[in-house]
Amino acid sequence: MENKTISVTVNGGSKASEVEPRRLLVHWIREALGLTGTHVGCDTSSCGACTVLLDGTPVKSCTMFAVQADGREVTTVEGLQQGGKLHPVQEGFKEEHGLQCGFCTPGMMLLGAALLEENPDPSEEDVRWAISGNLCRCTGYQNIVKSVQWAARKAASEQSGVNA
Amino acid sequence: MFPRSFDYLAPESMDDALSMLAEHGEDAKVLAGGQSLIPLMKLRFAAPDYIIDINRIPDLGSMHENGSLSVGALVRTHDIERSELIKDRYPAMAAAAPLISDPLVRNLGTVVGSLCHADPQGDWASVMLAMNAEIVCRTGESQRRIPVAEFVQGPFTTSLEPNEIATEVNIPDPGADTYGTYMKLERKVGDFASVGVAIHLSFDGPRVERAGIGLTAVGPANIKATEAEQLLTGAELDGGTIARAADLCAEAADPHSDLRGSADYKRAMVRVFVSRALSAATAGKAA
Amino acid sequence: MAVEEKEMPWVGRSVKRKEDDRFVRGGGNYLDDIRLANMLHMAILRSPFAHARIESIDTSAAEAVEGVVAVVTGELLAEHKLAWMPTLSGDTQAVLATDKVRFQGQEVACVVATDPYVAHDALELIDVEYEPLPVVVDPKKAVEDGAPIIRDDKEDQKDNRIYHWEAGDKESTDRAFSEADVVVELDTHYPRSHPAPLECCGCIADVNPATSKTMIYMTSQAPHAIRTVFALVTGLPEQNIQIISPDIGGGFGNKVPVYPGYVVATAASLLIGQPVKWIEDRTGNLASTGFARDFHMHGELALKQDGTMLGLRVGMLSDQGYAYADAQPSKFKAGLFHVVTGSYDMPAAHVVTDGAYTNKAPGGVAYRCSFRITEASFLIERLVQNAAYELGMEPVELRRRNFVRPEQFPYTSVTGFVYDSGEYAKALDVALEKSGYEQLRAEQERLRAEGRLLGIGVASFTEAVGAGPSRDYDILGIKMFDSAELRIHPTGKAILKLGVKSQGQGHETTFAQIVAGELGIPPEDVTVQEGDTDNTPYGLGTYASRSTPTGGAATAVVARKLRDKAKQIAAHTLEVSADDLEWEGDRFYVKGAPEQAATIQDIAFAAYTNHPQGMEAGLEGVTYYDPPNLTYPFGTYVVAVEVDAQTGEWKVRKVVAVDDCGVRINPMIVEGQIMGGLTEGFAMSAMQQITFDEDGNCMGSNFIDYLLPTAWETPTFELHATVTPSPHHPIGAKGVGESATVGSPAAFANAVVDALAHLGVRNIDMPLTSGKVWEAMQQARSS
Repeated sequence: MENKTISVTVNGGSKASEVEPRRLLVHWIREALGLTGTHVGCDTSSCGACTVLLDGTPVKSCTMFAVQADGREVTTVEGLQQGGKLHPVQEGFKEEHGLQCGFCTPGMMLLGAALLEENPDPSEEDVRWAISGNLCRCTGYQNIVKSVQWAARKAASEQSGVNA
Repeated sequence: MFPRSFDYLAPESMDDALSMLAEHGEDAKVLAGGQSLIPLMKLRFAAPDYIIDINRIPDLGSMHENGSLSVGALVRTHDIERSELIKDRYPAMAAAAPLISDPLVRNLGTVVGSLCHADPQGDWASVMLAMNAEIVCRTGESQRRIPVAEFVQGPFTTSLEPNEIATEVNIPDPGADTYGTYMKLERKVGDFASVGVAIHLSFDGPRVERAGIGLTAVGPANIKATEAEQLLTGAELDGGTIARAADLCAEAADPHSDLRGSADYKRAMVRVFVSRALSAATAGKAA
Repeated sequence: MAVEEKEMPWVGRSVKRKEDDRFVRGGGNYLDDIRLANMLHMAILRSPFAHARIESIDTSAAEAVEGVVAVVTGELLAEHKLAWMPTLSGDTQAVLATDKVRFQGQEVACVVATDPYVAHDALELIDVEYEPLPVVVDPKKAVEDGAPIIRDDKEDQKDNRIYHWEAGDKESTDRAFSEADVVVELDTHYPRSHPAPLECCGCIADVNPATSKTMIYMTSQAPHAIRTVFALVTGLPEQNIQIISPDIGGGFGNKVPVYPGYVVATAASLLIGQPVKWIEDRTGNLASTGFARDFHMHGELALKQDGTMLGLRVGMLSDQGYAYADAQPSKFKAGLFHVVTGSYDMPAAHVVTDGAYTNKAPGGVAYRCSFRITEASFLIERLVQNAAYELGMEPVELRRRNFVRPEQFPYTSVTGFVYDSGEYAKALDVALEKSGYEQLRAEQERLRAEGRLLGIGVASFTEAVGAGPSRDYDILGIKMFDSAELRIHPTGKAILKLGVKSQGQGHETTFAQIVAGELGIPPEDVTVQEGDTDNTPYGLGTYASRSTPTGGAATAVVARKLRDKAKQIAAHTLEVSADDLEWEGDRFYVKGAPEQAATIQDIAFAAYTNHPQGMEAGLEGVTYYDPPNLTYPFGTYVVAVEVDAQTGEWKVRKVVAVDDCGVRINPMIVEGQIMGGLTEGFAMSAMQQITFDEDGNCMGSNFIDYLLPTAWETPTFELHATVTPSPHHPIGAKGVGESATVGSPAAFANAVVDALAHLGVRNIDMPLTSGKVWEAMQQARSS
C-alpha cells in the first residue's frame, strides 16, 4: 500500500509528511505533529473529543483520513491562542468553570470559536445546538454554554474597544 | 479505531474516477463525506482495497433547480440545512436536515452518500421516497436514473452497480403550493431514527394533487407508503382521511421490537406522526 | 463586587481554577499524550462469546506480521503465575483467559507491536477455537438449582452465589410490619450502567531491564493502593514500582480497579524490556471495565395511616458479572447499600442482600457514588413517593413528617450509620420555595384537565461519604485513611502532596485554598501534587466523595501543625513568648501590638535562616488523617417534567437542586460537581443502560447504543445551598462530588411516574425510555 505525501496548513504553518493512507487525521495530528490537545474518546464518531476545524468548519478528525486533508487548513486547540494571547473562548472556559477534567474541552472550545465566527451573540439554545455533537461527562454543559457566551461578550467588548 | 490498509486514489475528474472504479470494481469504495464509510472501516466492518476519494472532482458540490432540483454527490447535509432555496421550496428536506446525526457529521456527510449507504435507519431515503426522487448514476459510458424506491433494495443494499458512481439525486418540482415535513422519534439528539416519517404534499387548491410518504426504521429498508399516498391523492384533508391515511401508514410499517420500543409502539408512532403532519398541513391550508 | 471577593476568606471563595490554564491551551498531559523512547503498543483480543471453553489459540500468523514483537496469551501468563489476579473485593478474575471465557469481551490475548495499526492487523490473525457453553444472563436464574456453574475454576464454589449479607434486624422489622396500617411495595431494577469517562483507561508500563525499576503511567484514581496490589500480584518489590497517574480525563469510579490491560502491559514490558502502551478503546471500556449498578431491588415500607414510617424491608440481588470486582470495604458485602433508610427516622429495618455470578463483565464499581449508596437512595425515594400515593398524602409532607430531626444528630440509624449533621426540612423548604412547588402542583391539575401530563418529582437524599474511619473501612485490608504532606520553602511558597488524585474535581485549587485558609499563603503560591507514588504520601485515592473529607482534612491538620511550629519560630524572631502571640490570617502578631508581626512568609524564611536552637530546621510536615466518622451530605431535588401523552417522550421543565455539603471551600467548583452529577442522574433515568441478549451479547458497547446525553437534552439546573457543617471535619466540609448522582435519579423517575400517577402508574424501571412510558400509559388506560 503506497504512502502519500501530504501538505497541510496546521495552525497557520505548513506541515508536510509522508503518511499511510489509512492513518486517521487525529492520529496524524497527535503522532506525527505531536499536537496532543486533540483527543480520542470513542470508536464511533460519537463524542467529538477529536474536533478540529477544517478550513474553519468543525469536523471530527477521527472520521477523516489524513490524506483527505492534503492542501487544506486545519486548526487545533493549540492554534486558538494568538501570539501567546488566549482566544476569548479559552478565557471564557476559565472564567465560567467550563471544564473539569479537560478532556472534551479542546473540542468544545473549537466549536465555540467556530460558532462565534458565524453568530457573535448566540443564545443558550444556539450554543447547545452547536455543541450537540460533542460529549462532556463532567460539567453538565451549563457552564460550557456560559463560557461561550462569556467569550461572545468579551469579543464584542474588544470589538467596540477597537471601534472606540 | 484502526482501519486496514488500502490504496488511496484521488481523481480530479469524474472520467478518471469512473475508470478507476471500472478497474477496481468491488475492491474499491467511493469516498464522499465518509461519515458512514469511515466509521465502518475503523471497526473493520468494511475493508476496501481501494478508496476513490471524489472530493477533488469539481462541480459535484452544487445544488441547482432547473425544472427539477439537482443535488450533487458532494452536497453536504449542512448545505441543505442552510439553503434558502430548500427552506422555501422543499420543506421536507429542510425539516430532515437538522435531524440527521450531529452538526459535525452534517458538515461532511452528503445526501447522496447517505442514500448509497442505505441504512434502514437513514433519514434521507424516506424524504426522497416521499418526494419521488431519482438517483443519477454514471458508468464510463452511460448514465441512468433510478427512482429511489428501486434504488434502495434492502438493508445496506442498493441497485448501484460496482462500476457505477451516484453523481446526484434529482428531485421533481414540488409545485407551487406544497407542504412537507420530517418527524423523527429519537432517544437523544443525533440518534439514528427509532421511527421517522417524511411527508410531502402538493396541493391544487384544497385538494392534494400529489402525496408522498416515506417511513424510516420500521422495516428492512425505508418504506414508501403507497396506499396512503393513493388515498390522499385527490382528497381533501378532513379528519377521517387523515385518520385513514395514518392507519394505512401504520399498516405499511413492519417494525421489530428492540430497546427503542416494541413493534406496537413503533407502529403507533407512525400513526401519531402521520396524523400530526397531516393535521399541520390542514392547519396551513386553513390559515 | 471584585473588592468584596478579595476580602473574603480563602475558604468559601470561588477562586478560578489553577489547573485550567494548561487545559485550555491543549496542554493537559493525559496518558495517551505520553510517549517514551522505543515504546511499543498493545492491543487486546476479546472473546466474541459470553461463555465458551477455549479449545486452542494459534498465534503463529499474528506473530509473523512485520512489526509484531510479541503475542501474549493466558498460557504464557500462567507460566509466570499471572493468569489470574485478585479483585478489589477479594475475588479473583482472569488476566487473560486460559480455560474458559466467561463474558463477551473478555481478554483472550494481547498483541504487542511497534504501531497500534499493526497490532490491530495482527489481532485479526489470531485463531481461537471456542466451544460455546450455556450462558447465564439473568441473576435470578443464576442462583437457581441446576444453573450452569460459572466459576468452576474456584474449588469451593458450588453454585453462582457470591455472598449473602444482612443488615438491620429482622425480628423488630417483622413486628413493625405486623403493626402497620399500610404496606407499600416496589420491585425495581437499577439497570447496569457505566461511568464512561470521556478518556478510556490505559497505561504505559516501562520496566527498565538494567535497574528493574518498574514505572507505570496509569489512568488510576488510586495509584498507591494499585501499587500495593501490583507488588502483591507480581512479586516485584514495592519500592521498585512507581505508579504515576497523569491528568485523568474523568473517572467516576471507572478508574479505581486493576484491569487486565495494566497487568499484561506490565508483564509484556518486563519480558520484552521496552515500554508498552495500552490504550483501551471505547468498546473495551464499555464491554469489559467498570460497569456499575445492576441491582434487582425489592422494597417494602410499613406506615401508619397518618404517614409515620414504622419499618423498611429490603431484598436485593446484585448481578456482579463473572467476578465480584467492586472496590469496597471488606466488612460490607453490598457496599453501603444498607444506608437505605435514607433521610428518615426509621424505627426498624431489615436489609437482605445477595450477589450472583452471571456471564457478564466483572464489577460493579461505585459509579460516582459512595459504595452502592446510589441504589439505596433511589429505592427509598421511589418507595416514599408511592407510599404518599397510597396514603393520599402530599409526598413532601410524608417526607417532612419522617425526617430525622436536627436535634436527633448525631443520629444512629437502625442499620448502623451515625449521621453527623443535617437539617433536612430546611433544605426541603428551600427547594419547595425556589421551585414554586405549590404553583407546579396547581398547574399539574390544570393541565391534567386538558389531557396534558405534568409530573413533579422530589428526592430528599442523604449520603454517607468520605471513608474511613479505618476501623470500619478498608480496601483489601488497606485501611481507608488519607494523607497530606506540606512543605513551605524559604520564600514562603509551598508544595502540598496528597494521597488522593483528581480526575477533574479541581484539587489543585481547592486544596491550595485550604492551605491558604489555614496559613494565609495565597493559593497561587501553593502547588498541589498528586498521583505519583514515589513523591506523594500513601493514600487510598479519590472516589466515594472522600477527597475533601479525608485528604482535605489531612491538609487542614498538617497546615495547623506547621502553624504551631511557625508560632515557635515567630516567638523566636519577635523575641516574645509564644503565649503572647495571636494568629490572624497570614501572620502572628504580638497581643496588643499588632505592628509587631511576622507573616507566614517571614516565618518560613526564618525556618531556614534563623530557627531557634534546639528546634529542627525547616517548615514541613505530613499527616495521615483517619476520619472519626463518615460525612453525611444531603439535599432535596425537585424535578418537573412534561410527558407527551401520545409518544411517551418526556422533557424536563425544571430542575431545582438544594445541596448541603457543609462548608463550601470553593462554591464554583462545588456547583460544577453538582451540575455534573445532576446530568448523570438525568442520564441514568433517561437513557444510560447496558443490556444483554439471551446469548450474553452486550447491547451497549459503544456510544451509538450506550447513550450519553448531549447539551441538547441536558436540562438547565437551578442550584441553591444550605450549610450545615460537619461537626467532626476540621473545616466543617463534607464530600459533594457524588451527591447529585445519588440523589437525582429518583427525582427524575419520580417526576415521570408522577405525571402518570393519576392513571394508576406506580413504576417504570430506569431508563424511562419513551417506549416504556408509552407502554405504561397503554396498560394503565386498558386496565
